[in-house]
Amino acid sequence: MSEHAHGHEEHSFWRTYVFSVDHKVIGLQYLITSLLFLLFGFTLVLLMRWQLAFPGQPLPLLGRLLSPEAAPGGVIGPMFYNQLGAMHGTIMVFLGIVPLAVGAFGNYVMPLQIGAPDMAFPRMNMMSYWVYLPGGLLMLLSFLLPGGAAQSGWTSYPPLSVINPGQTMWLVSMVFLITSSLLGSLNFIVTILNMRAPGMTLGRMPVFVWAQFVTAFLLLLAFPPLEAASILQLMDRVFHTSFYMPAGLVIGGQTTPWTGGGQSLLWQHLFWFLAHPEVYVLVLPPMGIVAEIIAVNTRKPLFGYKELVGSMAFIGVMSFVVWAHHMFLSGMSTTLSNFFLVTTMIISVPSVAVLTCLILSLKGASIRFTTPMLFALAFLPLFGIGGLTGLPLGLTVTDIYLHDTYYVIGHFHYVVVTGSLIALFAGTYHWFPKWFGRKLDDRLGKIHFWGTTVAMNGIFLPMFIIGMQGQSRRLYDPTAHLHNLVGQPMHVVSTVSAFVLLIFQLPFIYNFFNSIFNGEKVDSNPWKATTLEWQCPSPPPHGNFASVPRVHRGPYEYSDPAHKDDWLPQDAEKAVAPV
Amino acid sequence: MVKALENYGWFLPVQASDFAADIDRGLIIIHWAMALIFVLWGIFFVYLLVRYRHRDGHKVERSHMSLAVSMTPDVAVLGFEILLIAVYAVPSWSRMKITVPPAEGAVQVELMAEQFNWSARYPGKDGKFGRTAPDQVDFTNPFGIVAEDPAGADDVVAVNEMRFPVDETVLVKLTSKDVIHSFFIPEFRVKQDAVPGMALPVWFKPNRVGEYELTCAQLCGVGHAIMRADVKVEDRASFDAWLASKKAAEHADAATPAAVEQW
Repeated sequence: MSEHAHGHEEHSFWRTYVFSVDHKVIGLQYLITSLLFLLFGFTLVLLMRWQLAFPGQPLPLLGRLLSPEAAPGGVIGPMFYNQLGAMHGTIMVFLGIVPLAVGAFGNYVMPLQIGAPDMAFPRMNMMSYWVYLPGGLLMLLSFLLPGGAAQSGWTSYPPLSVINPGQTMWLVSMVFLITSSLLGSLNFIVTILNMRAPGMTLGRMPVFVWAQFVTAFLLLLAFPPLEAASILQLMDRVFHTSFYMPAGLVIGGQTTPWTGGGQSLLWQHLFWFLAHPEVYVLVLPPMGIVAEIIAVNTRKPLFGYKELVGSMAFIGVMSFVVWAHHMFLSGMSTTLSNFFLVTTMIISVPSVAVLTCLILSLKGASIRFTTPMLFALAFLPLFGIGGLTGLPLGLTVTDIYLHDTYYVIGHFHYVVVTGSLIALFAGTYHWFPKWFGRKLDDRLGKIHFWGTTVAMNGIFLPMFIIGMQGQSRRLYDPTAHLHNLVGQPMHVVSTVSAFVLLIFQLPFIYNFFNSIFNGEKVDSNPWKATTLEWQCPSPPPHGNFASVPRVHRGPYEYSDPAHKDDWLPQDAEKAVAPV
Repeated sequence: MVKALENYGWFLPVQASDFAADIDRGLIIIHWAMALIFVLWGIFFVYLLVRYRHRDGHKVERSHMSLAVSMTPDVAVLGFEILLIAVYAVPSWSRMKITVPPAEGAVQVELMAEQFNWSARYPGKDGKFGRTAPDQVDFTNPFGIVAEDPAGADDVVAVNEMRFPVDETVLVKLTSKDVIHSFFIPEFRVKQDAVPGMALPVWFKPNRVGEYELTCAQLCGVGHAIMRADVKVEDRASFDAWLASKKAAEHADAATPAAVEQW
């Protein structure tokens, strides 16, 4: 790319900060938006947690602010509870973690790491954000509609989702969100294939770029089926087509307008065909982030670069043939379950390989316990718990008992919260100096780290216990079932921990916004890192690199005895230390 | 009702069907394996963090162990999983979910889920279910049993309560009238979604006399949490007596609307 195309011409305020085509500005827009959505989704679950720990008790303070239909007398009603549940899941996955992992980190960091001046299609990049934002806002605003927000779970199984209020806006909003991620994923693939700096062969790309590359393929190939499926569900709702509606439905003693001929299992297949690759969309970029941070803070090359990259690519391919392990008890052919059992067990092996490579990278290292490194290290055992607890769920026989219990909730929150989210925090502390030229405060960061990890375990560990006791998920009032009574104190532990987690996010929120303006100023490469994003100014100017970088080596050349420093940037000439 | 609380503690509920022991064995073996992996791995992790922490004069070793050695945990996990699949998951899954037991000799029950009730139908003495028709459905006749069909005359319908004789195979035909529900009796370790438009077989053999709980395990609307039924497993004689008493009570109920009509 010539200087001219990414020149330094002056732009107006609107073109610079709002409708910008610069991948860095778009990345930051995604960052702030998705963090706010995450906070909102977290607030929703706090309301649910109150009801779960103290069923039927009026919500303190907030209770009076909620509408009487949602929470009569300040007590959360069952319909509002189901809205909170569906929206918490949807917001955290589709508006929070994915846009943060891909839209924010991918957009900002990936082009820098491959030495590109911008994304391949800057306008499409801008469009992707401006389709995502209205989609997200529509999702939130659906709470204000008559009938409220969607209330059929984030999985939205018909016929329930077709007959329940609130679902129409959910579907419309999903069409926006999926369109946005499609635009983004195409852009990522083209950028990674075509925009690499000279010398940046595929085998020299940082692991984070590989993670984004695999993720982009998952987004590209898995999301369109859900977009189609959502439009079919929308038609079932609005025009009374019967894609998912079987004949002879009787609802509340009334016959229904659907002529029948549809299959409610069809939605589950289409949904999980998206939503299982989606799990790896949530997990792969965080794995990439952790790999980067471990390499920098161990001061040595990552262990098994090829094994890491190969495992991630293998996970990407396999993730398309495991979807029906969510459906062992759905009424799908039980013989077919054996196939998905086998593929599910196979996909666990590359995940073990990734964790093994990351932990073996610590061997022989000189580990610096910086704040990002603490988060990255916490990812390893906590994501490990998430992975291990997937085993009894993936195994058909034990899944008969554990399916749809709190054990499942515990499992995927260990994967996505103590796994992905922890890694995204790590990434925030790691790349903040690049984004703003200033560091996040270290002391506040450590308070945030310890409070967050302890509180997260306090929330999710009890879920394995009540799951083992057979407590089903999505219950408005767990005490309505006899077999849940013994475990009820565990809900109190979870709820108290959730509020503790909220308190420990306050230092982070303060630290984030305060450090943008008042943080300690740092140079362009404060961590002494080798990858290309640290070889340009912080924050990088429009166009990123003053001249096109030439890449001479792989991404993690730390502690090379033949070089003067303990880091050897990808684009630097090797220099012997003065004797 | 309160007596049933004895069935629950801080771990798995009491075992009340012939599938329970098999499922629990798997759960316990897997959790011991998980604990072992996590602890060994955790010790190694902590050792690495302490041994290789940054300090003055500490030198980085750039050499790595061989890739083959590093794959030991992957191979071990794969081996364990192949073993689990071959000797445990495939045979047990086949017994619990693929090989439907013959209807002859089994206690047959039709179980229909709707927002937010469980209705059970037993075929009565003749062992045959009467014909049903959607236009016959009303609150006193949730299955829509056709009155003219003699096979249906002795059918017994119970709402939100069901009983099974101990040590006999029960074969359930599971349906749903409206949305997806899920049939879950924790003490039996039995679970199956009830899908509208499908009739799915569920089978189990209760092997412990007692009172248990059937709940809905799939979000089905505002009343999902209160969608439950009492399940009682008892000896054959008590079970037959219960069926007879249900039938008698049904006739008493049926007399009332007819009388009202005449009046």
